Amino acid sequence: MKRLRSKINGMRRSPRALGIVMFAGLLVVGTGYTAVSASVSPNREVVRTQEQIDLGKKIFLANCASCHGKNAEGSVNAPSLIGVGEASVDFQVSTGRMPGAASGPQLEVKPVQFTLEEIDAMAAYVGSLADGPSIPDEAYLQANGSAASGGELFRINCAMCHNAAGAGGALTQGKYAPQLMESSAKTIYEAMITGPQNMPVFNDANITPEQKNDIITYLTYLQNNSSVGGEELGSLGPVSEGLLAWLGLLGLLVVIAVWLAAKSN
Amino acid sequence: MKLTENSKEVELQSSAINSEHEYDGGLRVANLDAVKDPGLEPHRVRMTDKSVKHEKSAVRQVSVLFVLSMLGSAFALWAYFTFPLSENLSSVRLNTIYLGVGMTLGLLGIGIGAVHWAKTLMPDNEVSEERHLTRGSDQKRAAAIEILAAANQESGFTRRKLIRRTLYGSLALFPLPGIILFADLGPDLGNSLRHTFWKKGTRLAKDPTGIEIKASDVTVGSVFQIIPAGLNPENKEYLEEKAKAAVLLVRVDPSELNETEERKGWSYQGIVAYSKICTHVGCPVALYEQQTHHLLCPCHQSTFDLVNGCKVIFGPASRPLPQLPITVDSEGYLIAQSDFLEPVGPSFWDRSVKS
Repeated sequence: MKRLRSKINGMRRSPRALGIVMFAGLLVVGTGYTAVSASVSPNREVVRTQEQIDLGKKIFLANCASCHGKNAEGSVNAPSLIGVGEASVDFQVSTGRMPGAASGPQLEVKPVQFTLEEIDAMAAYVGSLADGPSIPDEAYLQANGSAASGGELFRINCAMCHNAAGAGGALTQGKYAPQLMESSAKTIYEAMITGPQNMPVFNDANITPEQKNDIITYLTYLQNNSSVGGEELGSLGPVSEGLLAWLGLLGLLVVIAVWLAAKSN
Repeated sequence: MKLTENSKEVELQSSAINSEHEYDGGLRVANLDAVKDPGLEPHRVRMTDKSVKHEKSAVRQVSVLFVLSMLGSAFALWAYFTFPLSENLSSVRLNTIYLGVGMTLGLLGIGIGAVHWAKTLMPDNEVSEERHLTRGSDQKRAAAIEILAAANQESGFTRRKLIRRTLYGSLALFPLPGIILFADLGPDLGNSLRHTFWKKGTRLAKDPTGIEIKASDVTVGSVFQIIPAGLNPENKEYLEEKAKAAVLLVRVDPSELNETEERKGWSYQGIVAYSKICTHVGCPVALYEQQTHHLLCPCHQSTFDLVNGCKVIFGPASRPLPQLPITVDSEGYLIAQSDFLEPVGPSFWDRSVKS
């Protein structure tokens, strides 16, 4: 027994032990980290083929390169697309915002210009340039989270621009936060991780994928359920309600007053 | 002179016409080109007075309106039981709408019916009534003065100086306790307007979860809604402290940040923290534009330039948003270097006084 212990002690002091311990440590940390980060990563691992990337590059050169540059390096008119990720391309092109029709304060939603395959190919090409946010995992787009928690997160992080009812609102100098009543779960998720145009980014450290699913659940609930308070009037609060009260109801009161004072025939 | 004589004449004429009141016009100046009283319009005979057919139809209309009112009330009663409030929130909508429509019909039917009845069927001969003079007759005025004099005589109000003066004193003092009660209307603010929950070393945490964040979590272009770590929702003061301490945390490319010499150490690798409470009237300023770095207040459109010390570039706010000096601790968590160095939120009476 005593001899065994001394043997181990002897091994412990050998120079080879240091190497073995370091290797074991690195192995544990490395695999552990990969396992943890893989389980946290919300993004679907989509296998992109070289043909898809080549097709994407062709479409890019024909449609986008005049502004974004031949190698997506950007120009004075448009930002670089290196590192913006597949999610950015999917968001901008599948909502019709890109290709832009004209420069202005903000790119608007337009009829979509490309097929799903073409959008996928362009996303694959831009995604192959550098790492960036990728297409969100279907698991977080099911709108099966907690609408109550999503509502709270939405009011704290999103409602100041997008309105508590998702009706959108004005920003500075002609820009605006769009309404979210027709946005798909995928679009909402991609907007949060990429921060399109003037929207800030809400990364996974800020709002976790589960919480993003909660927010999508809340918005889906709003999209599918009418307001309990009656007519929404665009959910714009005092603007539309005040307009109705002053023009509509006050007009009605004037009509009633005139009728009260008029003589009967 | 001539004019005065003329007006006197007119005065006399008019008083002759309005002989109902024996009343001296005093210094009143008669308006010579006043619009003459056109008198009453010629009476127009209503159809309901001329033809029995119209009268009957008016009777029917009024009774239909009253029946409509009955139906409305009955509908409201029916709706109350048919669309009960339940756990489902959308039940409120139908319940409110139908109950409201029924009750509106119930009341409006009575009102419109009654007015229609009065206008079409009740007597419609024009009647005018003269206004009374406000001045009483001389006898009444003399009698009133007599009563006052008698009261003074009997009570000795003028004569008994001691009583009169002590009464004045008591009348002057009795409202004071009522006025001093206003001091209890709110808590004593003390120093609370000048200080927030932030202290040296307080970690920055996410609103509403309270999860502390590291500098590495905040990527460029990110915006975090921040509260101080350690704010306990169970605490009585939670909402007030949260309302004062709310912070917006943004990371921008450090090369875009223009910092004054004294604030060089207040940010951390492009991460800046600003109070979210507008310096105009205290709305939460959190509409951050990633490309322009504008921070917009939704209430009155005050716009702050985040990369230039949040100075005001548009709108009614008069001061930049207060900046919270931040740094990281040994574990990489973002912490406050101190409290805000100026009071957050809108102006108050002695804001500039240091304490």
